[in-house]
Amino acid sequence: MAQPVELPDKIHVGPVIDEGHSLASVSDKVGGIVLKRKITLGWVFGLLVAFMVMQNLMIAATWLFIKGVGVWGINIPIGWGFAIINFVWWIGIGHAGTLISAILLLLNQSWRNAINRFAEAMTIFAVLCAGMFPVLHTGRPWLAYWLMPYPNTMDLWPQFRSPLDWDVFAVSTYLTISAVFWFVGMVPDLATLRDSTKKRWQQVIYGGLAMGWRGSARHWQRYEKASLLLAGMATPLVVSVHTVVSFDFAVAIVPGWHTTIFPPYFVAGAIYSGFAMVLTLMIPVRQFYGLSDIITLRHLNNMAKVTLATAMIVGYGYMMEAFFGYFSADTYERFMIWNRMTGPYAPFYWCLILCNIITPQFLWSKKIRTSPGKLWIISIIVNIGMWLERFVIVVTSLHRDFLPSSWGMYWPTIWDWAVYTGTLGFFMTCIFLFCRVLPMITIFELRMLLPGARVKEPVAQ
Amino acid sequence: MSVHTEEHLHSLYGLMAEFETPGDLVAAARKTRLAGFKKFDAYSPFPIHEMDEAMDLHDNRVSLCTLIGGLLGCAGGFGLCSWVEAVALPLNIAGRPLVSTPMFIPITFECTILLGGLTAAISMIIMNGLPSPYHPVFNVERFASASKSGFFLCIESEDPLFDREMTVGFLESLKPAEIAEVAR
Repeated sequence: MAQPVELPDKIHVGPVIDEGHSLASVSDKVGGIVLKRKITLGWVFGLLVAFMVMQNLMIAATWLFIKGVGVWGINIPIGWGFAIINFVWWIGIGHAGTLISAILLLLNQSWRNAINRFAEAMTIFAVLCAGMFPVLHTGRPWLAYWLMPYPNTMDLWPQFRSPLDWDVFAVSTYLTISAVFWFVGMVPDLATLRDSTKKRWQQVIYGGLAMGWRGSARHWQRYEKASLLLAGMATPLVVSVHTVVSFDFAVAIVPGWHTTIFPPYFVAGAIYSGFAMVLTLMIPVRQFYGLSDIITLRHLNNMAKVTLATAMIVGYGYMMEAFFGYFSADTYERFMIWNRMTGPYAPFYWCLILCNIITPQFLWSKKIRTSPGKLWIISIIVNIGMWLERFVIVVTSLHRDFLPSSWGMYWPTIWDWAVYTGTLGFFMTCIFLFCRVLPMITIFELRMLLPGARVKEPVAQ
Repeated sequence: MSVHTEEHLHSLYGLMAEFETPGDLVAAARKTRLAGFKKFDAYSPFPIHEMDEAMDLHDNRVSLCTLIGGLLGCAGGFGLCSWVEAVALPLNIAGRPLVSTPMFIPITFECTILLGGLTAAISMIIMNGLPSPYHPVFNVERFASASKSGFFLCIESEDPLFDREMTVGFLESLKPAEIAEVAR
């Protein structure tokens, strides 16, 4: 994995970890947040707000189970609505975590070490939120297990030629592998917590989770190998997941969906929104927990650069969509893109262009990339923009069916909003709890960045 | 006298030396291996890549298991799709062949990754002998720092070359910060 390296950087944005840290001090600092820091009023308030917002989900899901999906704004022709918009949005957010933990590991980027644990946690919580939507959208969620292949008395099997079933496999594999990767990466840090705490119950819990990890060189060798293999497999996995999600659209013959650009365009959009969400969460956390010496301006600068790069790819995708519509010489394709730009949902489309293409252009400026407040505002705008993108893709293609007699409009109801905000509450509740019970920064990988970790063997006597 | 030593050896897991820097630990581990010891281990709060060479570690079984797991997942995924669509529930979908390979690739791929990834993690945990909540090295009080900032080398009493007096002498020649006995 990453060895301490001096990155050549003409523009000085600070080191990956501030000077003055030692092997012991990083353990104390990161572990201390879990073990020593008092529970503050701000944290309790934040958790309570998130928890209350989560109740929207409980209430809306209960109402949905009683009445059926008719409580949502979906209709014929727009059968997908918020459920699919939010599913794609959440799963896209998850992608940044795997990119940071797996792809940047393979690329030997040492700056990932301070942010990968948090980003992976975000991935898992986001995928959990995403997974709820298709299950609720089935209408009879208690029969969701029908999606899995299992021998049953009805002699029925899932249709494996359907992208919707590929989704089941892609998302459940993604969740499983992300969780395994996350846990394996945490074992040495759990051992640190076990050895740092004096309280018996903490020793039992962290000790149990650490499985008796003792930092043996023979263990580390296999551990590193397994981590590398997991990263190597998570890399194509993360690309495959949003590709499969895009197949849900691209395999259909609906105008605006049936394009070959969808897989790369969706993957870039996923990483884009994911990095925006990492920034949205990380900037306040870094502030509140005083971690600006570990999550330095260099991290923010690098994340902003990735955001800008993926924004440009997404922008290219929008351009190509418009070009394909024109170049296809197909009445329906041309109408779709024209209707998207000038039809009843045009404000959504132009708002999305403003959020996703215009706003990130500010990130060309190094001054903005290294000022946390401005970066945070841009990241929020990008999150909104990426949500609008999914809204535009799902709704504008469906609401003008092939026959004008089948045209319709889609407006979300209060229950749509309740489910959506409810998952936001669930996500934030998970994040609040995670910050206080697990080490949110990979301590053992931080140690590898320190000068004290460099191997200088004494000259043989 | 010999009985006493035997008993003493039985209650002794090994001898542990503490070092201050990763460089010292790597050098010590190399000398220990070159001195002919087989049953010894080094402990550090982060992976030290130089250690693989110093201790001559080259265990590739995790990779092999992962390969086997991945191949099984691959065959299993494709087999599942083909068996279901061609044998268990054959349906004519727009005249496509029953075993429509391109349509089965996504699930085959996901199953490959799922089984490969799980095998990588599980084989690593099993081969490392985890979970092992109890281990003699934890009996050394200073060893709590092995997960924070300490570097340790332990020569185990089961090693054929192990002799209490001589091993202490050998460890002292490595100039450690401290030497401790590890009780079982």
